[in-house]
Amino acid sequence: MDATDLARWQFAITTVYHFLFVPITIGMSLIVAVFHTAWVRTHNPQWMRLAKFFGKLFLINFALGLVTGIVQEFQFGMNWSDYSRFVGDIFGAPLAIEALLAFFLESTFLGLWIFGWGRLPEKLHATTMWLVHIGTVLSAYFILAANSFMQHPVGYTYNAASGRAELTDFFAVLTNKVQLVTFPHVIFAAYMAGAGVVMGVSLWLMRREAKAAADDAQDVARTDAPMYRTATRIGAVLTLVAAVGVTITGDVQGKIMTEVQPMKMAAAEALYESVPAGEGAPFSVLTVGSLDGSHANAIIEIPGLLSFLATGNFQGAVRGINDLKAEYAKTYGASGNPRVADVATAFVPNIPTTYWTFRLMIGLGIATALIAIAVLWLTRKGRTPTARWLAYAAVAAPLLPVFANSFGWIFTEVGRQPWLVFGLMTTANGVSPSVSMGEVITSMVVFTLLYGALAVVEIKLFLHYVRKGAEPFEEPQDPADRDEDAPLVFAY
Amino acid sequence: MDLATFWFIVLGVLWTGYLVLEGFDFGVGMLLPVLGGKRYASDAADAEKRRRVLLNTIGPVWDGNEVWVLTAGGATFAAFPHWYATLFSGFYLPLLLILVALIVRNLGFEYRHKRPEARWKARWDLAIFWGSLVPALLWGVALTNIVRGVPIDANKEFTGNLFTLLNPAGILGGLVFVTLFLTHGAIFVALKTDGKIRHEARQVAERVGVVAAVLAVALLLWLGLTDGKLASWVTTVVAAVALLGALAANRAGREGWAFIGTAVTIAMAVATYFLVLFPNVMPSSTNPDWNLTIANASSTDYTLKVMTIVALIFTPIVLMYQGWTYWVFRKRLTVKHIPEDVPRETVSR
Repeated sequence: MDATDLARWQFAITTVYHFLFVPITIGMSLIVAVFHTAWVRTHNPQWMRLAKFFGKLFLINFALGLVTGIVQEFQFGMNWSDYSRFVGDIFGAPLAIEALLAFFLESTFLGLWIFGWGRLPEKLHATTMWLVHIGTVLSAYFILAANSFMQHPVGYTYNAASGRAELTDFFAVLTNKVQLVTFPHVIFAAYMAGAGVVMGVSLWLMRREAKAAADDAQDVARTDAPMYRTATRIGAVLTLVAAVGVTITGDVQGKIMTEVQPMKMAAAEALYESVPAGEGAPFSVLTVGSLDGSHANAIIEIPGLLSFLATGNFQGAVRGINDLKAEYAKTYGASGNPRVADVATAFVPNIPTTYWTFRLMIGLGIATALIAIAVLWLTRKGRTPTARWLAYAAVAAPLLPVFANSFGWIFTEVGRQPWLVFGLMTTANGVSPSVSMGEVITSMVVFTLLYGALAVVEIKLFLHYVRKGAEPFEEPQDPADRDEDAPLVFAY
Repeated sequence: MDLATFWFIVLGVLWTGYLVLEGFDFGVGMLLPVLGGKRYASDAADAEKRRRVLLNTIGPVWDGNEVWVLTAGGATFAAFPHWYATLFSGFYLPLLLILVALIVRNLGFEYRHKRPEARWKARWDLAIFWGSLVPALLWGVALTNIVRGVPIDANKEFTGNLFTLLNPAGILGGLVFVTLFLTHGAIFVALKTDGKIRHEARQVAERVGVVAAVLAVALLLWLGLTDGKLASWVTTVVAAVALLGALAANRAGREGWAFIGTAVTIAMAVATYFLVLFPNVMPSSTNPDWNLTIANASSTDYTLKVMTIVALIFTPIVLMYQGWTYWVFRKRLTVKHIPEDVPRETVSR
């Protein structure tokens, strides 16, 4: 293991960890805003209670997403300084604009939302959470524009004199065709994660309330079970809507990926030999044994599906790893670009990783949608089910879509390798030359231990608040009528 | 003036915004065990209420304050990629410490009130205290070293280590930041609270303020005598006068003026740093030919143009809504405003 591997591992650990919280933040901010608005519109106490309850869970999650995000912004310069020098002219702008447009919006209006109870007029108060949500979506747009440049560089020119890539068309960077499909895909996936949390937590509480009522021979309708049932169904509906969005955008994304990064598509299937048009490349659902291409060993195959994913035609031609490897070696290996020299001929990512993460992403997403369908069916027409397996479904509902997000990103980033910026710079060429192995090991150990400890704290706190359930309803006072010396409605 | 110079000034403004705003919330964090400690509190319950008053003065705003440094970081990356690359890879371990400190501090703000147990709160209090002290100190060390010059080779790479930065001027810079933020924070507490704690905060500001004034003047003289220019001498004098004015206003019970005074002091200190630095962005102590300058570290004109347009449109909007937040939460807080703690056991079943 060398300094590049260490820097990559650190980036992988900190980014995957950060992105556990991000999709939940994007998705839940939308749902809390919806609950809060429903309260303002109807003044039905359940919406206020749900808004406050999920608001609290949202904040516990948001805090960790925020602090781990600061690390990300610093890390480009700390561990990838040669990369920062090479693409800073292009890559820095979306990052700076993200801070100016999104981070200020999110953080300022979240402060207003948290402390606004009893201080802001109710319509304005609900608006602050919508602005937080818009902030999270804007943030996603700009950081994905930066990432899309790494997958498919556009709007730039290489300046030999300055030795770097330079921006020529910022609009092209913001409307990169990879970006235009990645952005909705990521947002829908985030909605699935946020909806999964709301569905899972509400399902668990609904079952608990309904069971307790049954044990005490009480009327379920007089407990909180109906409120949680409503929230469960809202979570399930949003999960399904988002799942449809993820599927459609994912399909388009696959075709664009085949066009601009054909190696990544071949790596997703571990397809070594090209399949000519008319034959139809199959998609293997599962494979046993090695994926090194030495022998075919798929156990379940769907004929023509890979061709369809890649080209939109079940008979379409799909290029394999071996052909692409030869082509990349000719195009890039012999190009004389000093930022490619280290790989020369090996332009293939880690195939087992790309193969399995691609399937885990899709599989976990499908499993989430199936839970949502089952939940909607079981809660139809006023039903409040309490079957034991629903408790497991409640735990799975948040975890599956969050991990589907993680695997999707691991696939995307590992599948780009050995490129850091596709066609321009390999990963090994981007690492900081002045940072020693000892320094990277130190930071990696520090981040790993700290993040591990914080995960324990966060999960315990989250579960503590889930068990407490929604607070009883309190009639809010008009801020204008409040006694100046009365205790604050919310305080640290 | 070319666009690169304009962005050099923008960075000065962003650092000013960050240090003026986060400066007082660093100060409040460091004052937690002082104004919320044994010296002023009558008993443990009183200490807890006082700590909560302190934390609630910055509660709605600390997060927005911190975004200023993220914007400064992003703007450095976009406008001066070489500066960003050399600085962030060179100051690797100090930045790691700052990141760890900011992580535990921010979680302290968010998580401390989420459980009633005294041990839980005590742990997050430590996180908030150290998480405020360490970045205050290290930003001072780092920025002072940037201005004084650090070893940089012909390839724009930093060649020193953590101990290169711990030189007398760097350490003095760190102490100036800490004492200045303590003063600024104490005055902020006096401005945002009422009753006993307000008067005690003014006392603290007075005592720490004198130390801050002595250290700050020593540091600015040191910088001025080695690399001073006429303009940097002007800002030095304004900084000194503003700080003395702040202390006098604080003594007279005019907290608003005192706060403006410390804010101007911090702004003028940053201005002095940037004026001494100009036209370099990161001078090399190894060889002046290897200095990172505004010209050789900046992005292309096109990128700077794009950034300028975006900044000119959105910065006023940000300033407007951030300013509005301070207006919404303008009311002074006292222990009376602190609601009862979450009960120990509220699980419904």
